[in-house]
Amino acid sequence: MASDRTTAAEEHDDALIEARGVSVSFGRQQVLRDINFRIPKGQTLAIIGESGCGKTVLMKTIIALVKPTHGTMLFDGKSLARLSERKLTEQRIRFGFLFQMAALFDSMTVAENVAFPLKQHTRKDEAEIRQIVLDRLGEVGLPASVRTKKPAELSGGMRKRVGLARALALNPEVMLYDEPTTGLDPIMSDVINELIIRTRQRYPVTSIVVTHDMHTARKVADRVVMLYPLSRLDDNESQIVFDDVPEQIDSAPDPRVTQFVRGEARERLMELRENQLAREDAATSNT
Amino acid sequence: MATITGENPARRWRPIHATVEWIANLGELILSWITAVGDFSIFAARTFLWLIARLPRRETLVPACYQIGVLSMPVIALTGTFIGMVLAVQSYDQFRILGLETRLGAVINMSLVRELGPVLAATMLSGRVGSSMAAELGTMRVTEQIDALASMGSNPILYLVVPRFLGCLLLIPMLTIMADFMGVVGGHFYSVFLLGIDSHHYWSNTQKLVGTFDLISGVVKSMFFGAAIGLISCHRGFNCDPGAEGVGQAATGAFVYSFVVILLLDLVLGIIINSIYYTLWPDAGKLI
Repeated sequence: MASDRTTAAEEHDDALIEARGVSVSFGRQQVLRDINFRIPKGQTLAIIGESGCGKTVLMKTIIALVKPTHGTMLFDGKSLARLSERKLTEQRIRFGFLFQMAALFDSMTVAENVAFPLKQHTRKDEAEIRQIVLDRLGEVGLPASVRTKKPAELSGGMRKRVGLARALALNPEVMLYDEPTTGLDPIMSDVINELIIRTRQRYPVTSIVVTHDMHTARKVADRVVMLYPLSRLDDNESQIVFDDVPEQIDSAPDPRVTQFVRGEARERLMELRENQLAREDAATSNT
Repeated sequence: MATITGENPARRWRPIHATVEWIANLGELILSWITAVGDFSIFAARTFLWLIARLPRRETLVPACYQIGVLSMPVIALTGTFIGMVLAVQSYDQFRILGLETRLGAVINMSLVRELGPVLAATMLSGRVGSSMAAELGTMRVTEQIDALASMGSNPILYLVVPRFLGCLLLIPMLTIMADFMGVVGGHFYSVFLLGIDSHHYWSNTQKLVGTFDLISGVVKSMFFGAAIGLISCHRGFNCDPGAEGVGQAATGAFVYSFVVILLLDLVLGIIINSIYYTLWPDAGKLI
């Protein structure tokens, strides 16, 4: 299904990130099943899908915050889940991760948050770190005056931008964005989208954006992968129901893709009605 | 469907189904306990390994020690003082009937340095610090701050658990000594100034019964309590369930599990310490 553009990119570039039959289960609940994809260097991939389909888990598998139950997730040819603690640290600092709620350390100020990875992994002096913090905050459009504020004093959009500044502090090779626009107003969402694009223009980063916001997917990505919840799939069906350039998504032949893109409830409304009728029947038989 | 005799076959199998279900539930419960113990053991082993491999940074250790040690001092001092006085109040009448009022000091001070000082300091620490550590780490888990830490190449065990564990382990002996001291002062104050017991005999009887071994055994016990509080509280926080309810349960669980383990350790260590004591001083059991 992949377009010529994507196929060509994958053929000519070695994959920086590769999923080989990745499955993830939490206890008895399976979230991901036999996921396979390759992400070439420099690509911006959007992973879309409805809530609970395993997008965030898949992204956390890339950086080995979640270990695959089966299969292998490779980064630069290495399986991070199998590395020693020291080697894993060396690889993890090649990533920048913007979390859904920004995950800023609430006991620290904004400046301390952005400076945190620099203090942990570099030998730069205080003046140098202060300058980098100011530069990164400037890049995400925040004034120097926010440095001394605590995360609790910031709005959602500002928190996301501080999170982005912190993720960029060590000049990562790969940027991971988890629902970057969720919970933000349309204007701030667009600001974050622009920052993702600018980051890619400024630094040679490979980006993965997990989102259910189609506007973000269309605007920032040059490839879109759609995941479908396992609970709605048969045993032999692939969990990846779309893998192509964003321009192709509206004309995708799979009705599950078009349903998501257009935001149509369709059979879900029927399910709601059936559930309601079943509850009413149960109540009647009890009385 | 009823049989010719009118008996429903489903009813005949019901007790067997119920028994099988009961065995399955019991098996599941035992498995979950084993998993929980295994999970805790791995967590503790990783903490010890990091402790040996690399000491925590000053900027993480100092705030943890301040939170655990300095801020716990007032409440532990207060508890110690009142327990010393309460011991005097409760024991005085019995000792007076026997005409052994001057032995009160020996009993109060022995109870304090061997048992009540370490156990009360540990209980107060698990209530004040353990719950707060579990809630703090639980909130960090729920808001993905622990994941953020790991994603930035910092080990969450080294950064968050080791300083708190070390703080509990190293500062609880000092808090215990403080609880002991304040209890001794409180007991003396009540016995001598309010009950009118002779101070000289109060102290001389104490000196005869309470030795350095008793004081040291209490302090050594407290280090085990401190280690348990640190590990259990951090483990509860790290394995916190999502949401406000999860954080609340982590904080409550940290206190309850720590308290139960403190009591269990107190019993086991009490037996071991007594064995050592009577091995070193075989005549110590005789009446003075």
